[in-house]
Amino acid sequence: MEFFLQLLVNGVCVGLLYGISAMGFVMIFKSSSVLNFAHGELLALGAFFFLALITWAKLPIIVAFLLTLVGSFVLGFLIEKFFLRPLIGEKLIFVIMLTVGLAAMFKGLILLIWGGNLRTYPNFLPETLALKLGTIYIAPVYSATLVISVLFLVLFGLFFKKSAQGIYMRSVADNQMAALSLGVHVRRVFALSWAIAAMVAAMSGIVLGIINGVNVHDLSSIGLKVFPVVILGGLDSIGGAIIGGIIIGLLETFTGGYLSPSLTDVVPYIVLVFILLVKPYGLFGLVEIERV
Amino acid sequence: MGEIILQINNISVVYSDVIQVLKGVSLSVEKGQIVSLLGSNGAGKTTTLKAISGLLKPENGAVTDGSIIYEGKNIQNQAPEYITRLGIIQVLEGRQPFKYLTIEENLRVGTATRAGKPYKDDLDLVYNYFPALVQRRKSLAGYCSGGELQMLVIGRALMAHPQLLMLDEPSLGLAPLVVKEIFRIIKKINEEQGATIVLVEQNANMALQVAHYGYVMENGKIVMEGTSKELSENPDVKEFYLGIAATGIAKSYKDVKSYRRRKRWL
Ligand SMILES: Nc1ncnc2c1ncn2[C@@H]1O[C@H](COP(=O)(O)OP(=O)(O)OP(=O)(O)O)[C@@H](O)[C@H]1O
Ligand SMILES: [Mg+2]
Repeated sequence: MEFFLQLLVNGVCVGLLYGISAMGFVMIFKSSSVLNFAHGELLALGAFFFLALITWAKLPIIVAFLLTLVGSFVLGFLIEKFFLRPLIGEKLIFVIMLTVGLAAMFKGLILLIWGGNLRTYPNFLPETLALKLGTIYIAPVYSATLVISVLFLVLFGLFFKKSAQGIYMRSVADNQMAALSLGVHVRRVFALSWAIAAMVAAMSGIVLGIINGVNVHDLSSIGLKVFPVVILGGLDSIGGAIIGGIIIGLLETFTGGYLSPSLTDVVPYIVLVFILLVKPYGLFGLVEIERV
Repeated sequence: MGEIILQINNISVVYSDVIQVLKGVSLSVEKGQIVSLLGSNGAGKTTTLKAISGLLKPENGAVTDGSIIYEGKNIQNQAPEYITRLGIIQVLEGRQPFKYLTIEENLRVGTATRAGKPYKDDLDLVYNYFPALVQRRKSLAGYCSGGELQMLVIGRALMAHPQLLMLDEPSLGLAPLVVKEIFRIIKKINEEQGATIVLVEQNANMALQVAHYGYVMENGKIVMEGTSKELSENPDVKEFYLGIAATGIAKSYKDVKSYRRRKRWL
């Protein structure tokens, strides 16, 4: 029982991270219909940038964290401006090839600078962050993850629901022509969704780096994990991405805990296939509102 | 004659570099008036509006000849972000709400041309024109009725403080009473807000009742123009657009080639 609860908590925490990083992926897809195959590399880039800031530049943790978020935001913005914007209106396959190319480029860059070995962050989370609920012990990383994830979710919820920019972004995802007719700056919305996606990817990259260590191959393959998450949640549902993330996170930790750690990467995909057999649009894929 | 707010000189519009749809259209719109643009399916009415509002580009269309002058500025082939900020707002054909946004969020998108400015008074104004929207503010637009949606999209355009409001077939597919209400409000908006209005319609009867002036399009050309009174007395207009034969007997819609209720796919 205790073991079960322990796995449950860990699974939810990791799953929230998957979900939040998948949310960035979904956001780009919803606003501009682009599938970003460089998502995992954005995660890795964030994790390594943070590593550089705390080990080489020796910045305080919190400053380094915020600086990484700002830096990734700017990076996402620039990627859209210089790489994707020229391709607006081109065939989807060109755009996909471009993101595959970006992925290779970022991965190469990281390998060049940091090499392919596993690195770890210095242990900076104080033991006081650990939570004890009865007999289960929640390690500092996991409680920190929980806090950061919930904070991000609340902030994004408010942003999309209340702020003008957030509402404009949703309007573009909903009906681009109508948004254009009202003067919404659609290209700015594309750029903003890349910026936000890169930022949340970096955030998840850092936290996953704290949990598992920092390694290009591991982190960028988490980009692949975005696919079961979003397919499970429905490619076009942000809330679905979060829940899909939690499900995948739970599947992984339970597989690792009860079956075998070597199966963690496989079982989620098997479950995915079964779910898709039953619900082809994913659990939360938008059911098209048809009313004319 | 009053001040001209919009002048279109002999424009041609081509889609995908080869499909020529407008072949030398000229028209002018006087400030403060309601001008209607009539014509059968495929005549090029929507294309004319999109040429003005800059929405041709996303459809791979362009103005290849002639000029569009709005308050002294050349605006043909400009980006919609720029044109909307000059005060030209087009309400698209077929009511296009943001389905997954609530009514009030839909209205807020109308503030995009002046993001960050206060908008509460404008919301009140819209709810004043369309009281039916008030109780639905929090519901998703995707679940609203056709009449509510038409009010919503006109209200959404009003949020942008339009100087030149272009409405593309606002009566399409609505019940007669709702159509009447919509046209009453269009007239009211014109009088109270001082917005100049370009009205594209299949329902020529209603359009000529509220408009000051009108143009008739066929096959990408303007074939007739005049005051609403002149047009409604013209025998051709009577026969083809008002459904009244020269003898005064109403013709069935089947005989009027222009009438088709369901729109083709875009
Ligand atoms: N994106 C496009 N690409 C190619 N041809 C187009 C495009 N949009 C419209 N057309 C063509 O241009 C012509 C005029 O279309 P338009 O939509 O302007 O007509 P309309 O007068 O608004 O008709 P309706 O009353 O049916 O709305 C039609 O023959 C149509 O097929
Ligand atoms: Mg039309």
